[in-house]
Amino acid sequence: MSIETGRGPGQRHSTSYDAETHARLTADSDVIVARYPQARSALLPMLHLVQSEDGYVSPRGIAFCAAHLGLSTAEVSAVATFYTQYKRHPNGTYTVGVCTNTLCAIMGGDAIWEDLSDHLGVGHDETTDDGAITLERIECNAACDYAPVVMVNWEFFDNQTPDSARQLADDLAAGRPVVPTRGASSVCTFTEMSRVLAGFGDGRADEGVGAGVPTLRGVELARAEGWTAPEFPQGTTSAAPAAATEPRVGDEQSSAERPATTPADVSPAAEQQKQSTDDAKES
Amino acid sequence: MATTLTPVLTDTWDADRSWSLATYEDAGGYRGLRRALGMQAGDVVTMVKDSGLRGRGGAGFPTGMKWGFLPAPDGGPRYLVVNADESEPGTCKDTPLMMASPQLLIEGMIITSYAIGCHHAFLYVRGEILHVYRRLLHAIEEARAAGYLGTDILGSGFDLEITLHSGAGAYICGEETALLDSLEGLRGQPRLKPPFPAVAGLYARPTVVNNVESIASVPSIVQGGSDWFKSMGTERSSGYGLFSLSGHVTRPGQYEAPLGITLRELLEMAGGIREGHQLKFWTPGGSSTPIFTAEHLDVPLDYESVGAAGSMLGTRALQIFDETTSVVRAVTRWTEFYKHESCGKCTPCREGTYWLTQVLQRIEAGQGTLADIDLLLDLCDNILGKAFCALGDGATSPITSAVQYFRDEFVAGTHTPADVLFPPEHSSLFSYTPKHTLVGVHA
Repeated sequence: MSIETGRGPGQRHSTSYDAETHARLTADSDVIVARYPQARSALLPMLHLVQSEDGYVSPRGIAFCAAHLGLSTAEVSAVATFYTQYKRHPNGTYTVGVCTNTLCAIMGGDAIWEDLSDHLGVGHDETTDDGAITLERIECNAACDYAPVVMVNWEFFDNQTPDSARQLADDLAAGRPVVPTRGASSVCTFTEMSRVLAGFGDGRADEGVGAGVPTLRGVELARAEGWTAPEFPQGTTSAAPAAATEPRVGDEQSSAERPATTPADVSPAAEQQKQSTDDAKES
Repeated sequence: MATTLTPVLTDTWDADRSWSLATYEDAGGYRGLRRALGMQAGDVVTMVKDSGLRGRGGAGFPTGMKWGFLPAPDGGPRYLVVNADESEPGTCKDTPLMMASPQLLIEGMIITSYAIGCHHAFLYVRGEILHVYRRLLHAIEEARAAGYLGTDILGSGFDLEITLHSGAGAYICGEETALLDSLEGLRGQPRLKPPFPAVAGLYARPTVVNNVESIASVPSIVQGGSDWFKSMGTERSSGYGLFSLSGHVTRPGQYEAPLGITLRELLEMAGGIREGHQLKFWTPGGSSTPIFTAEHLDVPLDYESVGAAGSMLGTRALQIFDETTSVVRAVTRWTEFYKHESCGKCTPCREGTYWLTQVLQRIEAGQGTLADIDLLLDLCDNILGKAFCALGDGATSPITSAVQYFRDEFVAGTHTPADVLFPPEHSSLFSYTPKHTLVGVHA
């Protein structure tokens, strides 16, 4: 992992990658850009790509994204600083995240957090001296039926205790293999993970289980009790068109509503025209 | 018991290698797509409309109606964007679905795209579920290799590409317009509506944004028909849904049942509250829905009944807490979450969640005043309905409902810390001795 230490006087960020690295990142970025109708959509995956190279969103990585997408470094920084997964300083090999949102916290996440933080001697978003572990308090990670949950490089370690979490951290620090409860058969590094999130598969989708015990509780109970959904009707049910009601554009969906006031509010063509006018004003 | 489980989405989750295309096809997968491709696109929309399927991402907006809002084709692109940014505290249904059965979602996306005339669909998945991302990427590759994606799908002449897109850690991106901004490579901040995404969504083009579970319900609706779907659930909340039980319950997990089932019935299936304890409070649909208590055990969990009882069905994320739990501690932590995740665009939410946190931390520490309780409610009043998007509204729900049902605990916060009233080690699943006070953890 090469790490940018800072920009010298008169030095440009965009020159910071050596030619070979720059060419490789450019080729990868071209693949990412090709996934989208508009190039700017590639920015989030490209920031993951930068993290896969530098272990954080480095100044040279920001400059690279800006140059590749025709943005200013300020525009790229504004995006990079909005999202918590983009790290602003070099990350450890493993991000260990303890869920301390309400449900996990109450089920024992707070205990795991205080124990692990004391054990490792670091706080939130801090990295151990050996560079192995960056500890984080994380928000709900959609595994509440497995509480308390710990994530390592965003792989699930379910139903944790202070002891199991401490053992996990010790194993990671010592380079011993650890196995997620639901995930690949081993935990990859932060940079390897970042490359997957940039959309470059690592061929490990077939590893691990399809579901853990809580995920299957309902379906297994249904099997045991003989409960099923109604059978699909035999033959073709006709899709009889109902009386066509004129769809009303824009109905109640959230608190963010205002009356339609301009043509752009009700017509895509008008919105696009407005967009291009706005673009022209900016350029 | 009156209601039984109805595995549809979950039906293949216990199969060997449930995530593979082969397993999915063996279980009848992609029959819905074949049937849809033999229908007029408009008839597929009508079928979903007639089924009464309502958005499973929280708001409960009728899915087919949302599709129907798209303006008439003008020759330009129209997009389907699937919201897989599952981040609402307590919500844990889409993630296991995508882990166990990604092809179900892909098939639903293809049918939906066909129905609305979309040729490039996007799947926005939160970045913090790595193995789910792998499974989805692999599922798209398998579907393409089998001819379900690409050009001339199954000889129908219909073309579709799906782009998988990883978020990067931001709860707000689950709000549909913030999600679109994020997908366009911007900070994920909500847009003013109207225009709604149906008119000007992704790249200012007509766009449908749907939740994972909504889209995953489409293949079965196309196969079984709208009457089959309506044979489950209630009249205005039709069909089945995933109910996610978590917390102080004996067997937490995913229970797929018709809408209208009650918590009492679900708890019976899940072995009840953990042994030796009683239900104190619960969320019907995630932390943004006002809490319920034991008096709501028999409220049918459908959109209308939960609404009439003063909360929202939301995502059917049933977080269950027993009598050992401090409601002040729970609510303070949720509020710290909303403060952390407020995108900062609008003042009521950005400033309001900040001040709510300050006041709640005082009360949690036993250093509040009686005026603080009124201050909390006043702050909530200044956020609810006045924020740019629903995040601000959601931040007030746990507070106002907790004060409504458990005002005494907030009053106790004027003299006694929450962790003295309710020792945290009594709530946890294992015994331990707290080392630090809990207050101000996010400060």
